[in-house]
Amino acid sequence: MKIFKSTVFTAALLPVAYLIFGLVGDKLGANPIETLLHKTGFWTLTFLMITLSVSPVRKLSNWNKIIKFRRMLGLFAFFYACLHFTIYLGLDRQFEWQEIVEDLSKRPYITIGFTALVMLVPLAITSTKGWIRKLGKRWQKLHRLIYVIATAGVVHFWWLVKKDITEPLIFALILSLLMTFRLALLKIKLQAIQK
Amino acid sequence: MLIKKGSGIKSSLITSQKQYLKRRQFIKYSLAAVGSLVLDKSQLFAETSESEYAKLPNIIPSSYSTNDKTNSWEHITTYNNFYEFGTSKEDPAENAHSLNPKPWKISIEGHCKNPGEYDVDDLVKNNQLEERVYRLRCVEAWSMVIPWVGIPLKTVLDRAEPTSKAQFVEFVTLLEPKQMQGQNSSVLQWPYLEGLRMDEAMNPLTILAVGLYGRVLPSQNGAPIRLVVPWKYGFKSIKSIVRIRFVEKMPVNTWNVSAPAEYGFYANVNPGVDHPRWSQKKERRLGSFSKKETLLFNGYAEQVGHMYTDLDLKKWF
Ligand code: HEM
Repeated sequence: MKIFKSTVFTAALLPVAYLIFGLVGDKLGANPIETLLHKTGFWTLTFLMITLSVSPVRKLSNWNKIIKFRRMLGLFAFFYACLHFTIYLGLDRQFEWQEIVEDLSKRPYITIGFTALVMLVPLAITSTKGWIRKLGKRWQKLHRLIYVIATAGVVHFWWLVKKDITEPLIFALILSLLMTFRLALLKIKLQAIQK
Repeated sequence: MLIKKGSGIKSSLITSQKQYLKRRQFIKYSLAAVGSLVLDKSQLFAETSESEYAKLPNIIPSSYSTNDKTNSWEHITTYNNFYEFGTSKEDPAENAHSLNPKPWKISIEGHCKNPGEYDVDDLVKNNQLEERVYRLRCVEAWSMVIPWVGIPLKTVLDRAEPTSKAQFVEFVTLLEPKQMQGQNSSVLQWPYLEGLRMDEAMNPLTILAVGLYGRVLPSQNGAPIRLVVPWKYGFKSIKSIVRIRFVEKMPVNTWNVSAPAEYGFYANVNPGVDHPRWSQKKERRLGSFSKKETLLFNGYAEQVGHMYTDLDLKKWF
């Protein structure tokens, strides 16, 4: 299990490694800052989707141990979100606070992206064993925020593309699949209670 | 000369220079392979070789050229918005080889006394080519400096002798999904259309470009012939043109049809009018880290400002 975990950990860092190599070797194209921003955004959303697939996969495959990866994957989503935001602040907007505030207030796709990031913070903080114990039932309730965050992430992507919505559409489809699975499960549970 | 006997390492253990280089290459390629699996391959491998493109003869410099540092051939030919070949910036460099830019006819028609069809090769042969180093400002808030080779549009239009009914000029890109795979997608309406007011078309800054860095235009940059209007956002500079038509009414342009609130007919570079989703005050000059202020009419106000003294630039963005 340990070796498995470190493999997943290493794999989750590959995109960063690629970006660093790319940056050093000048292989990120004519607009490296844009590439960095887009790739980290892409991986944030991808890790959110992967995190959300953990319980469906577990239920479908009966592979219970997979749950052990969920926290790590969720934290990687947070890690990429922080990278993405830092790149936005430092490289894209170059700490021009006036512009950043204008972006946050005037541009809905930024507002919703930022909202998603802010909502990720309490989830990251309360991801430890201690917090899980302390919060008890409320922990689960709090962590349902992940559904809102993932939806906000997809909307953020949808709103920012100029014309070709293929990629955000794919994310939207994956997300609805993952949500449908949960709703179906909920329905089965409710039916079981009613009987 | 004294040759020492070496340090006692078995020669079989010593890596030869060749092997060493091979190993380096192997590591490099495996890293690249892993990288390309993780992300998309296009960025690692998109390279276009300048020497593959033929040199154009007899090019004279122009006083309209800027002294700004030009972007590299590599940047100019691998970072393109050309939806006919795909919607990402890397797609055109990868897909545009399917275009057949030779032979190529361009027809000039509409309200004029002398309509006609021209072979692009003849246009190149029969006109004085000029190098025009222009700033290009994309509506997406990045910019480049590009050494185009071209012919003033006016030279070509004058020969057609437009009549007084000719108030605008309409431009049409090739419609040929077999050569332009992006046209199989409905992301925009095809063919791509653009237009200029007559005075804009006749302005000395406006050119028909046929080359880049002294060589024929690569397909991803709009081969074999494209418009360049340096004081307007890049999407006005329509590529791979097959038809130019003098018309009476303001022609439609593709991006305006696609999103009227975001892209106007005039599309003059203007830091004072934001795109609804982003600011136009600054731009990133590709190749440099910091951003720079965007200038009204992309810094060409002196040459073009007089055409817009009566125009409300906020309304007619
Ligand atoms: C959980 C939070 C977030 C997610 C999931 C996310 C996801 C994404 C994705 C998928 C992209 C597009 C990538 C591509 O084109 O391939 C993107 C781009 C972008 N994101 Fe985010 N993002 C998040 C938070 C933020 C925040 C907090 C900001 C800034 C305040 C931000 C600013 C941007 C910008 C400026 C772009 C590029 C827009 C453009 O080039 O037009 N994002 N993001």
